Amino acid sequence: MSASAPPTLAVEHLTTRFATRDGTVTAVDDVSFSVAPGEVLGLVGESGSGKSMTGFSILGLVDPPGEIAAGSIRLNGRELRGLSAAEWRALRGDRIAMIFQDPMMTLNPVLRIDTQMIETVRAHRRLGRAAARDLARDALARVGIPSPDERLRAYPHELSGGMRQRVAIAIALLNAPDLIIADEPTTALDVTIQAQILFEMQTLCRQSGTALIWITHDLAVVAGLADRVCVMYAGRIVEQGSTAQVLETPAHPYTRGLLDSTPAVQTASCNAGQARPLHPIPGMAPSLRALPPGCAFCPRCGRASTACEATPPLVEPAPGHVVRCFHPLVTTLDEAAR
Amino acid sequence: MPLFILRRGLQALNVLFVMSLLVFAGVYAIGNPLDLLVDPNATQEDMARAAASLGLDQPLWVQYGRFLARALQGDLGDSFLHGAPALGLIVERLPATLELAVVAMLVAVLLGIPLGLWAGLRPDSLPGKTIMAGSILGFSLPTFWVGLMLIMVFAVQLGWLPAGGRGPTTDVLGVSTSLLTMEGWRHLLLPAANLALFKLSLIIRLTRSGTREALLQDYVKFARAKGLSNVRVVGVHVLKNILIPIVTVVGLEFGSLIAFSVVTESIFAWPGMGKLLLDSITQLDRPVVVAYLLLVVTLYVVINLTVDLLYAALDPRVRLAGARQ
Amino acid sequence: MSEATTLPAASPAEAEVERPLRRLVRAYAESRVALFGLALLLVIVLASLLAPWLAPQNPYDLMQLDVLDGRLPPGSASGDGRQTYLLGTDEQGRDMLSAILYGLRISVGVGVVATLLALAIGMALGLAAGYFGGRFDAILMRIADIQLSFPSILVAMILLALFGQGIDKIVIALVAAQWAYYARTTRGAALVERRKEYIEAARLLGLSTLRILFRHLLPNCLPPLIVVAALQVAAAIALEATLSFLGLGLPVTEPSLGLLIANGFQYLYSGRYWISVFPGVALLLTILAINLVADQLRDVLNPRLHGQ
Repeated sequence: MSASAPPTLAVEHLTTRFATRDGTVTAVDDVSFSVAPGEVLGLVGESGSGKSMTGFSILGLVDPPGEIAAGSIRLNGRELRGLSAAEWRALRGDRIAMIFQDPMMTLNPVLRIDTQMIETVRAHRRLGRAAARDLARDALARVGIPSPDERLRAYPHELSGGMRQRVAIAIALLNAPDLIIADEPTTALDVTIQAQILFEMQTLCRQSGTALIWITHDLAVVAGLADRVCVMYAGRIVEQGSTAQVLETPAHPYTRGLLDSTPAVQTASCNAGQARPLHPIPGMAPSLRALPPGCAFCPRCGRASTACEATPPLVEPAPGHVVRCFHPLVTTLDEAAR
Repeated sequence: MPLFILRRGLQALNVLFVMSLLVFAGVYAIGNPLDLLVDPNATQEDMARAAASLGLDQPLWVQYGRFLARALQGDLGDSFLHGAPALGLIVERLPATLELAVVAMLVAVLLGIPLGLWAGLRPDSLPGKTIMAGSILGFSLPTFWVGLMLIMVFAVQLGWLPAGGRGPTTDVLGVSTSLLTMEGWRHLLLPAANLALFKLSLIIRLTRSGTREALLQDYVKFARAKGLSNVRVVGVHVLKNILIPIVTVVGLEFGSLIAFSVVTESIFAWPGMGKLLLDSITQLDRPVVVAYLLLVVTLYVVINLTVDLLYAALDPRVRLAGARQ
Repeated sequence: MSEATTLPAASPAEAEVERPLRRLVRAYAESRVALFGLALLLVIVLASLLAPWLAPQNPYDLMQLDVLDGRLPPGSASGDGRQTYLLGTDEQGRDMLSAILYGLRISVGVGVVATLLALAIGMALGLAAGYFGGRFDAILMRIADIQLSFPSILVAMILLALFGQGIDKIVIALVAAQWAYYARTTRGAALVERRKEYIEAARLLGLSTLRILFRHLLPNCLPPLIVVAALQVAAAIALEATLSFLGLGLPVTEPSLGLLIANGFQYLYSGRYWISVFPGVALLLTILAINLVADQLRDVLNPRLHGQ
């Protein structure tokens, strides 16, 4: 997709905080990125890095005691911060849809599939039940569910995990949204089904020009799917750029660490079948309640210096490739292929 | 589905049989009704004659055989005291008890579910906390003492409502009811409130915890991410899920309401079968105790069966499991 | 916490390492209402233990009663002017405060003894059922199920109808009405724990079955049992009071709170409220205190609600 198209979603300096008894916790800290129509953005990070919270913030589903404390979220140029509850509701499921991680849990166990699909259509459009049902059947067919009419009458427990996730995807597609946020939707599935669904999602979004934010901890998924990648650590984006830039010439020590601890990521420079020793990152992800000052990765970083106790600057090693670090890796292709 | 019903029905009959055995053994094998029924100065012959006329001189298994054969024809023996058929005495009083229990349960459900939802949706708000505090209090208040307090306040001090009795009744299709007159309702109000209090607290707590748990589920988040209104998320997605345990508990607790009506009936002089049971126990009128027990056990078995079927109707997962078996 | 979002949990490295007991105590103390309940419970337990020394008179020593002092309202002075009846007197001139303290002693005593007995029996059966499974488990749970489908008051009423009155009889009735709760709870917890690795490890080490049951399995089944037992003490006390109120429970010679309330019932109509009301308040406070403590214990011991 061309980078010059006006973005579907532009997030700037987004900050989401939670008031807890032990003080304020910043779950999303000064996060900025944008997604163009038809583009797939991979949002990568370990659990607790704030990637899911970023998704919920964009959907306006941060509940008290959490709140979006600063920044702007613009969907097709329209500012979403400050919308009323009713305006948010009109947007959710219509312009922005979300898919969750565990398909076993996202569908209501006591409601039939048709009920759960029709209500999604009718929450946003003045359509009769029959017309809404037709839309639901079409959506099921589009995500590759055989005999959709029969499936509509089923209860969730009568479908397999992969099938349920397809239903959830169909629900997300129902109102032809501008943006879909997918929160690790394939993590709970078998690898073969995972690959199918990844491929189908990519195709569907490309065809319809829907922007897609794919939240994951799995760099292998991102490598095969995303156009661009944001790497999050402790609530901040530490590196972003095109998939090739981030995966082949990682500039942040954390991204590098992630790559070194991931088995065989299929990038152009990493030949399949070539065994590569794994190097886990030492230490553990920090608690958001007790972040070190400055760069949060500093205590685990081999390149850290005393300078890292201040907030690191944004560095741009290549156009479109931004990294937040005092000591970015100057990577050569040689090193990347190691 | 028919197989499922048949299986449950057979289970229910089994329980009934075992209970009849237990009830009989318990009531007929221990204690001696002659001590109470026959004049202590009577001769041996008088005692023997009385025992024979009551069937007490036969071996236990013969007594049980007779008892069961007659029970199947609806004859559970005559009351030692009233001289009338025991079952008839109980059935006569059944409508009064059922009326009390049904009204109490309706009060508990119709108030309990909305209050529980409110407390579950806003657990930290003042109303939410107040509802919870009230339900803990309601849980801790002994039913019989609340009954006394209700009488003291509303009947003795304020004089608004009668302190006891059932008031006028109307016959509808041969069943007497006090629901058709204002005066009947005035008599019913205090006992029904008394009986409802404990169940109300229970339903509030059940609804609240169910709501809180449901709100944490992904399907609720997903429903909200679909842009559904709060009314639909709570009214359909949450409510339908928590209704399943609530229906079960309401069904099962209905049986316990009938048992607890013994207390309420004795306080409010409500002419139901609970009061009859209490009188019969203290006066060793065993045929009536046995008749009560068997009737209540039958009632329970029927209630349990109904709850099972309702559960299956509400929860699609159970329906499937039942159909497969 | 929020409904749609969850905060990332503190990572193990950062989480302060706290001893479990201290964590429980701290979590318990977070609710002021629960602390109040605990304080109230302590007062009640002390009052019932020390009743003979706290009470102004021995309410069942007829020599100390003066019928002329009958039905005096709260705060009245006795006829001989030697004492004040803080909570009034009953029809026999018995000081209500003393009667309540003695009644509390009986009520709490019966409730605690019955609960401990039912707990011991139910726990042993439930543990065995959960650990061994099979036929024993199936039959035991069937019996428990049937019994639990009948309210405990009915079970207890029938047993008392058979056995007659007496403190031992009511304890038996309470135990019979409640053992199944413990058996069910223990079995459920034992089933979960049995599959865990530490039991497998203990078995591989060749430990005896009894040792595995009581040293390894039981401690891990305790949290739910503690909660159920706490709630059931309250239920047992309420049930005993109800039965005694109905005249089926304790004999007149051992008057628990329920019997005191029943004695005052007839005087309610003539406005002599104190004979029923004060014993009722004592009963209510006892049950309330136990329920408050049990409620908080459940929240503290329930791992599912942690971190919310």
